[in-house]
Amino acid sequence: MTTVVFNRRHLLAAGGSVLATGVLASGLSGLLLPARAAGLAPTETMSGGANNYRKGAAIVERIGKGGFWMSGTVRRAGDGTPLAGQRIQIWAHTVEGQEHEPQSHGATLTDKDGKFRLEMPQIIPIFGQPHGHLAYDSGEFKTVFLRPVMRSAKETSLEAHFVLQPA
Amino acid sequence: MILIWTALAVAIGVPVALAATSEQLAWRGPVYILAGFAGIIALGLVLVQPLLIGGYLPGLSAYRGRRVHHWIGGALALAVAIHVAGLWITSPPDMIDALTYASPTPFSPFGVTAMWAIFVVALLALLRRRLGLRLRTWRIVHIPLAIVIVVGSVVHCLLIEGTMETVSKAVLCAAVLAATIKVMVDLQVWRKRRTLRGESVARQRAVDL
Repeated sequence: MTTVVFNRRHLLAAGGSVLATGVLASGLSGLLLPARAAGLAPTETMSGGANNYRKGAAIVERIGKGGFWMSGTVRRAGDGTPLAGQRIQIWAHTVEGQEHEPQSHGATLTDKDGKFRLEMPQIIPIFGQPHGHLAYDSGEFKTVFLRPVMRSAKETSLEAHFVLQPA
Repeated sequence: MILIWTALAVAIGVPVALAATSEQLAWRGPVYILAGFAGIIALGLVLVQPLLIGGYLPGLSAYRGRRVHHWIGGALALAVAIHVAGLWITSPPDMIDALTYASPTPFSPFGVTAMWAIFVVALLALLRRRLGLRLRTWRIVHIPLAIVIVVGSVVHCLLIEGTMETVSKAVLCAAVLAATIKVMVDLQVWRKRRTLRGESVARQRAVDL
């Protein structure tokens, strides 16, 4: 049986080296990678993003009959850590209903890599642009509304990425 | 004579007819459809206005042409009102964003600016006698606003992805621009304004003397 003896000198030495390496490492990385020191900036809510939002859309396997994929990622501001289990709400004007109608809304959760993916009906142009709406509003982080636009109305998928900051 | 009227009917009729065959209509409610067509009709009326004032439509005397210009102007204001009201009913938050110049869609500010220009011209035209506006003053107000209406409407329309078919939409927009430029050149609005300024300078001098 081994007994680990801690005395004051050991503790001081160990603590000192930890402090030194910590300060040096962060100082060095800060010098070498100044962009990283600022960290990943949080996503701003887009103008019009919250339009026709309905609070508390249910988590669903699929919105309506599907055929179109909305996907994206959720990360934490600063270090960019993927955030698992985050609830993302999605809605749009689709072939199965207008933006404000309940059947056009649904929610999904991010996986362990912070990714989400929800099948929904084909998005069609409304108010002059084919676009979707996404919301993070669970409270742990600051609420963000996104409004990505499709490059063409013929596309069958759309992506949106969230970088969240603590509320 | 028949050629010009036919060309006008085609320039307005074809885009309306092609929009009526758009597959987008299947996913829209009646109010949204009405709002969309009111917008297309409005653009068609914007084409008619310079043609009437320029006297390019055969069979209409200068006097009748001007009378019809007044009525078409009223119809244009009404069509725009239906367009905006219908879109408001379809999606209130999107319409509020547009009217407050806070919309993410690049075409909205052009349309809203043209709308205000149309309303101002219509209102001033109604009150012109009561306000005692002289023809000279009226032109100084109306001509720049007419340019705002034409440019605003054309840009608004071209940037929208909706029920209109692309080529017929572009042709109608080009016709609107061409008719406006032609009437401005033919009536020599630039030169007249310069003459006006010269006249007022002359009058000012007369007063000074």
